Amino acid sequence: MSLLVEMNDRAMKLGVPLSVHIDVTYRCNERCQHCYLDHDDHGEMTTAEIKGILDQLAEAGVFFLVFSGGEVFMRRDFLELVEYARQRMFNVKVKTNGAMIREHEAQRLRELGVEQVQISVYSHRPEIHDAITKLPGSLKRTLDSIRFLKSQGLKVTVSNVLMTVNRADQRSTQALARELNVDYTLDPTVTPMMDGDTSVLALRVDGENLDELFADPSLVGNPEEFCAKPGPVDDDVLEGYSCSAGHTACYISPYADVYPCVQFPLPSGNLRKQKFADIWKNSPQLKEVRSIRVRDLTVCSSCSHAGTCTRCPGLAYMEGSMRGPSSTDCEKSFHRTGIPSANMLRKAAAGQGPLIQIQPMG
Amino acid sequence: MADTFIARSPAIAARALGGEMMIMSAVDSTFFSLNEVATVIFQAADGRTPLAEIVEKKVCTEFEVEPEEAQRDAEQFVADLSKHGVLLVSDQPIQAHNFPNTPVKKAENS
Repeated sequence: MSLLVEMNDRAMKLGVPLSVHIDVTYRCNERCQHCYLDHDDHGEMTTAEIKGILDQLAEAGVFFLVFSGGEVFMRRDFLELVEYARQRMFNVKVKTNGAMIREHEAQRLRELGVEQVQISVYSHRPEIHDAITKLPGSLKRTLDSIRFLKSQGLKVTVSNVLMTVNRADQRSTQALARELNVDYTLDPTVTPMMDGDTSVLALRVDGENLDELFADPSLVGNPEEFCAKPGPVDDDVLEGYSCSAGHTACYISPYADVYPCVQFPLPSGNLRKQKFADIWKNSPQLKEVRSIRVRDLTVCSSCSHAGTCTRCPGLAYMEGSMRGPSSTDCEKSFHRTGIPSANMLRKAAAGQGPLIQIQPMG
Repeated sequence: MADTFIARSPAIAARALGGEMMIMSAVDSTFFSLNEVATVIFQAADGRTPLAEIVEKKVCTEFEVEPEEAQRDAEQFVADLSKHGVLLVSDQPIQAHNFPNTPVKKAENS
């Protein structure tokens, strides 16, 4: 067992929030087509408020800290916040579009010992990337920032969201990441807007694209292993849980709201009214999330994919119930293995549409 | 024999979990888990207190261990962690970084 897995297990037993994702702002200099955020500032936390929360997170045992947004560099105090976090010895990862990172910012991030910088790149072509971000010249600025960061010796990951509008460029974007000597991650998940608007889901790619991705060793490692048929669903599987959200991880918004995960919009407390430890230990919402085992899931407990599915409880929650299925993960399981999920079979039996298309959630 | 001074590197992430220290080196992303004795030494690594004093006043008082054996083990531990850039080692006091002296508190059970 790796030390990291051991640490996760220990954190789970002790009830320690090992990882926290904090969005320091929702403001952004880009207006990405697929973004689920409201970019207006409705009263984001002050520098002092965030520092106070970082103190509480260190006290609670948080090790991994992700700073994200919005665009983190829209805050003039962002590097001050990173410095404060590193003084408290968090392992810090920064998610950014990079457009505001020049030599100075790159140097400072390296000096502060930031573990990794993740940068969004949607295409190798400016006409595609800039059309997605709606910021002319953004690809050039983003690629420049990657070069600045690399020249400082920082670990950089290019993060691409696969959508209908950039799917044709996936391989070339991956090749660009290789050329830049940085890691590459690809996510085909597009989530509904914060206000519940699902029109953005039209950007989701279809099943054929997933088939291609899941057969690509450069993305999934060993495709045979990745696409293996699911194993038997035994008691161990049924006693398991979906993911670390609310168990060893949580999300904090720029308005000090605490949620189980950035992709799980279940309000669980506010740090302007309560201490972090109080929310983490006593929030009824987090307690409910923690109480759910696979055997409690309304449809998924009887699904052959129960032990291997990447079911996201946050997407399930947005679809209607945190104990229900996440259709987008059903589609992924199906395209990975060729075996339809219990939810897909149920929908097909009810005449709710074909098996092999990703359906917008409604 | 010259004193040995040790300080935590500013290029690491660290947190105590259930009494044991977890550390990640930013130099090579190696992950470490320290046992309770090593955790005591790590937490006392302020750059000003000689290693021998840490062993005598912290390790030997908190754990049932012979001083010579404790010193030998501590030296080995310090050598191992310094190789990975987790601890800074010098025969002179090491200037404090802009880091708090007690950055790591034990996480309690919830």
